[in-house]
Amino acid sequence: MTTAATNTEAQPHAGRKQRSERPSTLALLVNNRLAAAGLVILGVIVATALAAPILPLADPNATNPAGRLAPLFSEGHILGTDALGRDTLSRLIWGARVSLAVGFSASVIAAVVGSAIGLVAGYAGGRTDQVMMRLIDMLMAFPYILLALAIVAILGPGLINALYAIAIVNVPFFARNIRGITIGLARREFVDAARLSGKGPLRILGSDILPNVLPTIVITLSTTVGWMILETAGLSFLGLGAQPPQADLGSMLGEGRKVLFTAPTISLVPGLMIFLIVMSINLIGDGIRDVLDPRLRSGALARPSFRTAILPDRARPASMIDQAATLDVKNLETQFRMGSEVYRAAGGVDLRIARGECLGLVGESGSGKSVTAMSLMGLVPSPPGVIAGGLIGFKGEDLAEAPDKRIRELRGGAVSHVFQDPLATLHPLFPVGDQLVEAIRAHQRIGRSEAETKAEDLLALVRIPNPAARMKALPHELSGGLRQRVSIAMALANDPELIIADEPTTALDVTVQAQVLRLMDDLRRERDAAVLFITHDFGVVSEICERVAVMYAGRIVETGRTDEILKEPTHPYTRMLIDCVPVMGEPERRLDAVPGRPPPVNRLPPGCAFADRCPRAQADCRSGDIPLEAKRGSLEARCLHPLQPGESLT
Amino acid sequence: MSALMEIRDLTRTFGGGRTIFGTTKPSLQAVRGLSLDLKKGETLGVVGESGCGKSTLARMLVGLDKPSTGTIRLDGEDLTTAGTRALARRVQYVFQDPVSSLNPRQTIRTILEAPMRHLLGLRSEEREKRLQALVEDVNLRPEFLERYPHEFSGGQAQRIGIARALAAEPDIIVLDEPVSALDVSVQAQVLNLLDRLKTERQLTYVFISHDLSVVESVSTRVAVMYFGSVVEEAPGRAMFRAPLHPYTQLLIGSAPIPGRKRGKTADDIAELPDPYNPPPGCPFAPRCPKVEADCRESTPPLEAKDRGPEHKAACFHPLATAERAGSTPPS
Amino acid sequence: MTAIIAKRLLAAIPVLVGLSVIVFLMIALIPGDPATAILGSYATPENVARLNADLGLDKTLPQQYLAWISGVLQGDFGRSYALNRPVIDIVLERFSATLLLAGAALILATIFGLLAGIVSAVRQFGLADKTITLVVLIGISVPSFWLGLILILFFAVRIQLFPASGMVAIYGGGGPRDILHHLVLPAVTLAVVATGVIARLTRTAMLEVLRQDYIRTARAKGLSERRVIYRHAFMAALVSVIPVIGIQAGFVLGGAVYIETVFQWPGVGAMLVNAISQRDILLVQGGVLVVAASYVLFNLAADVCQTLLDPRLK
Repeated sequence: MTTAATNTEAQPHAGRKQRSERPSTLALLVNNRLAAAGLVILGVIVATALAAPILPLADPNATNPAGRLAPLFSEGHILGTDALGRDTLSRLIWGARVSLAVGFSASVIAAVVGSAIGLVAGYAGGRTDQVMMRLIDMLMAFPYILLALAIVAILGPGLINALYAIAIVNVPFFARNIRGITIGLARREFVDAARLSGKGPLRILGSDILPNVLPTIVITLSTTVGWMILETAGLSFLGLGAQPPQADLGSMLGEGRKVLFTAPTISLVPGLMIFLIVMSINLIGDGIRDVLDPRLRSGALARPSFRTAILPDRARPASMIDQAATLDVKNLETQFRMGSEVYRAAGGVDLRIARGECLGLVGESGSGKSVTAMSLMGLVPSPPGVIAGGLIGFKGEDLAEAPDKRIRELRGGAVSHVFQDPLATLHPLFPVGDQLVEAIRAHQRIGRSEAETKAEDLLALVRIPNPAARMKALPHELSGGLRQRVSIAMALANDPELIIADEPTTALDVTVQAQVLRLMDDLRRERDAAVLFITHDFGVVSEICERVAVMYAGRIVETGRTDEILKEPTHPYTRMLIDCVPVMGEPERRLDAVPGRPPPVNRLPPGCAFADRCPRAQADCRSGDIPLEAKRGSLEARCLHPLQPGESLT
Repeated sequence: MSALMEIRDLTRTFGGGRTIFGTTKPSLQAVRGLSLDLKKGETLGVVGESGCGKSTLARMLVGLDKPSTGTIRLDGEDLTTAGTRALARRVQYVFQDPVSSLNPRQTIRTILEAPMRHLLGLRSEEREKRLQALVEDVNLRPEFLERYPHEFSGGQAQRIGIARALAAEPDIIVLDEPVSALDVSVQAQVLNLLDRLKTERQLTYVFISHDLSVVESVSTRVAVMYFGSVVEEAPGRAMFRAPLHPYTQLLIGSAPIPGRKRGKTADDIAELPDPYNPPPGCPFAPRCPKVEADCRESTPPLEAKDRGPEHKAACFHPLATAERAGSTPPS
Repeated sequence: MTAIIAKRLLAAIPVLVGLSVIVFLMIALIPGDPATAILGSYATPENVARLNADLGLDKTLPQQYLAWISGVLQGDFGRSYALNRPVIDIVLERFSATLLLAGAALILATIFGLLAGIVSAVRQFGLADKTITLVVLIGISVPSFWLGLILILFFAVRIQLFPASGMVAIYGGGGPRDILHHLVLPAVTLAVVATGVIARLTRTAMLEVLRQDYIRTARAKGLSERRVIYRHAFMAALVSVIPVIGIQAGFVLGGAVYIETVFQWPGVGAMLVNAISQRDILLVQGGVLVVAASYVLFNLAADVCQTLLDPRLK
C-alpha cells in the first residue's frame, strides 16, 4: 500500500510549459502587438522629454513679439510659435516633461496611499473597515473632478496643488479595488493556514496577502495613469494647474485656445501630444492587464457560441447508425484546441442507449465524461471545443449533420439536460416558474396561462410542496434539493425521450441525494425516457443505472450490465476504481490506491492509456489501437489481458 | 483513557448585535451547546450534512474562530480564548481544498518552513533537516520544495497540506473533509497516508466529513451532528451496526452503496428548520418518522441509552436494534 | 419597492451629512485668514467684519457647522462677493444648464455604450468588435477639452452646422429647438468618454455572463439565440453595468467643467472655474454642495434600479 503511494510520484504538472501552451490566439496576439506599439510611442515621448535639457531646443520661455504666431514648418520653428513668439516645439517637449512627471507622481501617491488603506481595511474587517470605507465613500460621493476643484479652491491654483488634488481624488479608487481583492484573499484558506503557522496579522498582510494583491495594484495603476495625466492636464487647461510662465501640456492648450480661430495648431498640437501619451499608456495598461489577469490569460473570456463547432472534414465511421436505439454514438471525438495544442477530451467514444434504458457513464475528473455528454447537443463551449469526428445517432438521425434549427428543436424537447449545481444552472434573476414556462413555450405553442398551469403541475410532479407559491420563488430562495427538483421538472417539461444528467446529485447532501435519485428513477420509468447518467460514484450507479460505461482518458474502457461490472469487471482500471473506495458496512476492507495519474489528453501514449498504472501491463499494451471487444457475459472492454472471474489484480 | 481535549457547551452565534438605529440584527446559531471529549490516540469522526455546523466546530477547535460561549480545554488547560497561536502549537488543521490552502506565490519550502519558524522557533539548519524528513514522510520528492503550488495535482497538494500541519509537531490534527475535493482514485492514497502517519507519530485525529463510508473506514468513534448539535455519539462500529437516533438511521440508509439498490424511501423533503427562527424541541422532529408530542416541546439531551455508556443519543424515542430495516449492507 | 427606496434614502443621509461636513470644512482648511482669502480684493474692513459675523468665525467649529448647515437647509448659502448676489440664486440658475448638458450626455453615453458593448461581445473577435474596441480606446484616451476644440473648428467654423458656443442664440434665441441646436456639440463631446467606459464594461460583463452555467441551461432548453443573448445574458449583465452608469454620472457631471468652459455653456462648471480663479470661496462651496448632493441622489436611483433588477440584493 505504501509502495503504491510512493510510486505515485510522476512529474508534477509541467506548469511553465502548460502556461505557454495557453492560447496565443489571434486576439491575444493583436492585443500584445497594440501594447508593444504603445510601449514604443510612450518610450519615444518619455526619452525625448527626459533628454530635453540636452536637446538643441530654443528657450521655451524666450518671448519674441516680432515672430509671434509663426505657422508650422517655418524657419527655425518647425511647429511654429505661440502668441508670445515662443517656440512651440521646445514648449511641447518641456511641457510633456512636466505633464508626465506630475501625472506619474500623482499616480504613485494615489496607488501607495489607496492600496495601503484598502489592504488594512480589507484585512482588518469589522469596525476599522467600516470607518475607513465610510470615509472613502464620502470622497466617492463627489463627482470626480469636482472634488479636485474643491481641493484646488482650498489650496489655491498651482501645479503642485493640482498634483495633490488629482492624487487625493484617485485614492478612493485604489482603496476600493484593493479592499475588494483583500477581502477575498483574507477569506482564502491559505490565509487561515498562515495563521495556523503562527504568523501575526502584519506578517500575513506583508508576506501572504500583499504578493497576491500586487498584480491588481499594478493593473489598477496601469489603467489609471492615463486618466491622471489627462486630469492634471485638464486642471492646467482650466488655468488652475501650472501657472505662467511654467507650462505643461494642459496650460499650453488653454493658452492656445485664445487664438483658436486664427492659429488652431497652437492648441491642437499639445492636445495631440496629450492624446498620444494617454493612448499609449492605455494600450500598455490593457496589455499588462491581459498578461497579469489569469482569467484573461487563459482565454476564458471567449464567448461560447450557440453550438459546438463541428469540423466539416471530420472522420466519419463507416458503420450505420442503429435506428432502434434512442442514442447511438459512434467514435465521437471532441477536442479542445488551444494554441497549437490539441486536447482529445473525448477520443473516440461509443455509447448506445436503448429506449427507456438508463446508462451510467462513470469516470474520474478529466476522463471526458462530461465533455462526451455535452457534445451530444453541441453544448461544449466553442471556442475552444471542436467536434472532430464521429456520429451522434439519435433515433437514427446523425445530430452532427443536423442543422442548427433542428438542434434547437431537440434541445429541451426530445433531449433534455439536468446539470450538476442547480444554483449556478438556474438563472438567478428570474422566478423558477418563469423559467419553467419559458422552457414549455419554447417547444409548445400554448398561451402563457396554460403554460403556467403546466409548470405548476410539473412542480407538483417532482413533489415540491406548495407548487403555486414556489412558482414565484427565485432560485436562491430555495434549498439545494428543491432547486434540483426544479431542474428536473424543467427537463421533463416537454416529454423528453432522452435525459442527459451530468452529476445531478453530486452537489447535494446524502439524504437529499437519495430522494432525488429515487424521484428520477420513478419518473423515467413512468415516462419511459432513456437516461445518460454521468457520475463518479458506483454507489449512485447501482441505484439507478441498468448498464455502465467506464471512461478513462477520453475513451470507454469497459461497458456492460451494472451488476456484472460491479461484481467481476474485466478491465483492471474498473477493478481498481471499485477497490479504492471505502464501502459502507465494510470498514475493515483494505483500500487499494490506484498508483500514478492519468496521462494528459494532449499527450496520450500509444496503446492503452492505462498501461503505465496497470499491474498487468505487458509489452503489447503499449502499441497499436486496442479495440473495445466483448469479453464475457455482457461485458465489453478495451484490454488485451482482461481479468478472469475470481482473478485478483496482483 | 483520559480526555486529551474537552469541549464543553460550545456555541457559536453569527450576526446579532444592534444596528445604528437600535434594531437587532438577525442572528444565527451555527453551533448550539456542543460537548465532546477527544481521547488520546483516537480518530473521532464527525459526520453531518451541509449547514449542521461541523465546519464551524472544526474552525473553533484550532482557534480560527472564537466560540461565543463554552470552553475548549487541552490537557486540562483552558485555551478557549487563547487565540490561534496557542492552539496551533498543539492542534493543526488540514483543509478541504488542497489547492486554495496553499499560497500560490510561495514555494513549498516557504510554506512548510513557516510553522517551524513561527511556532517552533527552529534555526535554519534544524529546519532544513526536518524539511527533508517531512517531505519524504508524505511521499513527496525533496526537489518539490522549490516548486509552486500550481505545479501539483490535487492529491500532491493535499499531501503538502498534511506536511504543513505536521511541521508544527501537533498532537491533534483536525481534518476538515480532507478527501472530498479529490478524485476517488486519489482519496485512497491520502487516507492510507493519514493512517500511517497516525501510527508513526501517535497523533489524534478529528475527521470531519459528509461521507459516511469514509468516516466509517477511518474512525474509532463517531459523532453525528444535526442543526448545530451532536445527536448521536458512539464507537464507530456500534453506531453503523445499530444507530439509536432516527437521523443517523436516515443518513446510513441514504448513502449509496455499490451493488445495492434501495427499496422505497420515505418521501422526506429534507428541509432544515429555519436557523434564524428555530422551533422548540428536537430540530429533527419535523422529518422524524418516530416523532411524538414530547419531541416538539423540549430538546432531548445527549445521554447514554441501553447500549452501554459509550453509545449516546439525543432522542426521547431511540431506535431498538430490531427496528433497522432496509439498510442491510451486503456482507 | 417603497421599502427599498426608504431604506436607501435612510442610508444616504449619513453620506449627505458627511458631504456637507467636507464642503463646510473647505473654509476652515483655507490657509491664513478665511475672511481675507474669501474677500480678496473686495476686502474692505466693513466687508471683513460682516463676513466674519456671517461665518461666525469666533465660535467653535461644531457651532459654526450647525449655524452653516441650518442656513443651507433654508437655502442660505451666503453671498458671492465677486458677483454681489446670494450664492443660491446663481447656483440654481446655473445648475439647470449643467443638468441639461450632463443629462443629455449621460443618456447618449448609456444608449451608445450599451449598444456598442453588446455588439462587441456578440461579435467577439469579429470586425465589428475590433472596430468598436479601437474607437472605444481612442474615446477614453482623448482629452475632452481638446476634442471639443476640434469639433468647434470642424462643425462650427468649417461647415457651420452647429454653433460654437453658448446655450442660446444671442438674437431671437431661447426656444427649445435653439437650445437643442446649441446642445449637440457639447453633449456629444461630454458623452464620448463615458460611452467608451460603459461600452468596455458592458462587453466584459456580457462575456462574463455568457460563460455562466445558466446560459448553457438556457441553450439546453432550446431557446433561440436572440432570447438567450437579449433576455438571459443582457439582464444579468445589466446588473453589473448599472452601478457603472451611476459612477459615470459623476464623471459626466465633473467633466462638464471642461466642456462648459470650452463651449461657454452657462453651467455650474464654468461658474466654479471662474469662482476659483477669483477666490470666490462661498460660491465654490455652494456649487460643489449642490452638484455633489444631486450626484448622491442619482446614485441612489441607480442603486434602487439595481435592486429592482436583482432581487438577491434585497
